[in-house]
Amino acid sequence: MNYIFNIGRYWLFMKQLVARPEKFSIYWKQLVRELDNFGYGSMGIVALTSVFMGAVITIQTVYNLVSPLVPMTAVGIVARDSIILEFSPTMMSLVLAGKIGSSIASEIGTMRVTEQIDALEIMGINSSAYLVLPKIVAAMLIFPFVVIISMFLGIAGGWIAGVGAGVISSEIYIRGIQDSFVPYNVTFALIKTVTFAYIITTVSSFYGYYTEGGALEVGQSSTKAVVYSSILILVFDYILTQLLLT
Amino acid sequence: MIEVKNISKSFNGRPVLENISMQFDKGKTNLVIGGSGSGKTVLMKCMVGLLEVDAGEIVYDGNNFSSLSFKERKPFRQDIGMLFQGGALFDSLNVEKNIMFPLNMFTNMTLEEKRERVNFCLQRVNLVNVNQLTPSEISGGMKKRVAIARAIAPNPKYLFCDEPNSGLDPKTSIVIDNLIKEITEEYNITTIVNTHDMNSVIEIGDKIVFLFQGKKEWEGTADDILKTEHRELNDFIFASKLAKALKKQS
Repeated sequence: MNYIFNIGRYWLFMKQLVARPEKFSIYWKQLVRELDNFGYGSMGIVALTSVFMGAVITIQTVYNLVSPLVPMTAVGIVARDSIILEFSPTMMSLVLAGKIGSSIASEIGTMRVTEQIDALEIMGINSSAYLVLPKIVAAMLIFPFVVIISMFLGIAGGWIAGVGAGVISSEIYIRGIQDSFVPYNVTFALIKTVTFAYIITTVSSFYGYYTEGGALEVGQSSTKAVVYSSILILVFDYILTQLLLT
Repeated sequence: MIEVKNISKSFNGRPVLENISMQFDKGKTNLVIGGSGSGKTVLMKCMVGLLEVDAGEIVYDGNNFSSLSFKERKPFRQDIGMLFQGGALFDSLNVEKNIMFPLNMFTNMTLEEKRERVNFCLQRVNLVNVNQLTPSEISGGMKKRVAIARAIAPNPKYLFCDEPNSGLDPKTSIVIDNLIKEITEEYNITTIVNTHDMNSVIEIGDKIVFLFQGKKEWEGTADDILKTEHRELNDFIFASKLAKALKKQS
């Protein structure tokens, strides 16, 4: 029953976001701040995860390629496609759900319990639109760039690990990542990324916005935001793959 | 002037306000007093539109505020300033930007004009050289004063203060009380203060309304309150030994 209530409440919350901004310049400033926060602010964790992810995929693929009938260029192909199709969009979104989702939920949740949201409402400001809309737009705009960077870093990480460990030559790896490249895979990855960006920001904002109580409840909202964003990312990953790749 | 006409509010079937009517006059510091859980904050939230009433009307200078939609309430909201219990300053903004916030949102003032207004409001609440400090860098009393400065920045017609003295020492409480009283008279605004601070009741209350278990039990002035025979009000006002001793002396 609680799930149905929350789903209904979530859609009503979404409806509140569709409002004309009180002052466009203020929303624009908020958007730029969020772009910086979500993009530049996430680069560290994204770079680190991507490089190591690419490195592990490459070494594991080499380790599993035992048949002499499969050419070594397959390592590059497997690393590239794994990173582009799944690891960069989905894994990065799960990482960002943890980092950005919890931050959004705790920021908005704290604003709720310290009456800062009430202060906005008193002033006649649509608090949900003011606080949440710039976050959604910023995430949907910046996440694709973050994921593209992650793709490059992942593939580069694979090259560093493979060549550095001496399990594959630089030339074969590079030939592999160029072989049978399907540009649509990048488009597919970006569609997924934009969808996940929407899920992370709206679900996290929703849990933050409806926080009731104090510090304990802010923490609970933050946890719920990450858990439900992650579950929805996995569900929509499957749905989008089924719809767009089959 | 704000009129509250027969309002009721309940949560999950539990009545919190029952058929309350009162009137708050312009240029006066109107106090709503009562113990914890008496319904003071719910009443204030209903009056400013943060909560919807189940029945009754909230009338601002002849306009039925409670019957208006969110959009229709906007012009009224811009005339409302509110001081929250914890100050409710925006953590991510410094003092200057906090006070400037309503001006940024609803005026076309230039940056210079806005800065001038911010400095004027800060001076009015006796704060200087705090513009660049963040809320986490200032004391509780200063937060309250900054919150008052933010509330008065857009020249409101109505000022609501929810427990302005909570968490403050007696001396700072007096400063805040006097500030609220001065601003009310200086700008001729309708001020409503929720409090259970007896010093505020005696010092600044032009009109006092006592709530008990969600009902209006008593209404009068600071002078009346000292002479009242109302049992619940006496129990509330003269709860401490010091207050009891003072009453005996008087």
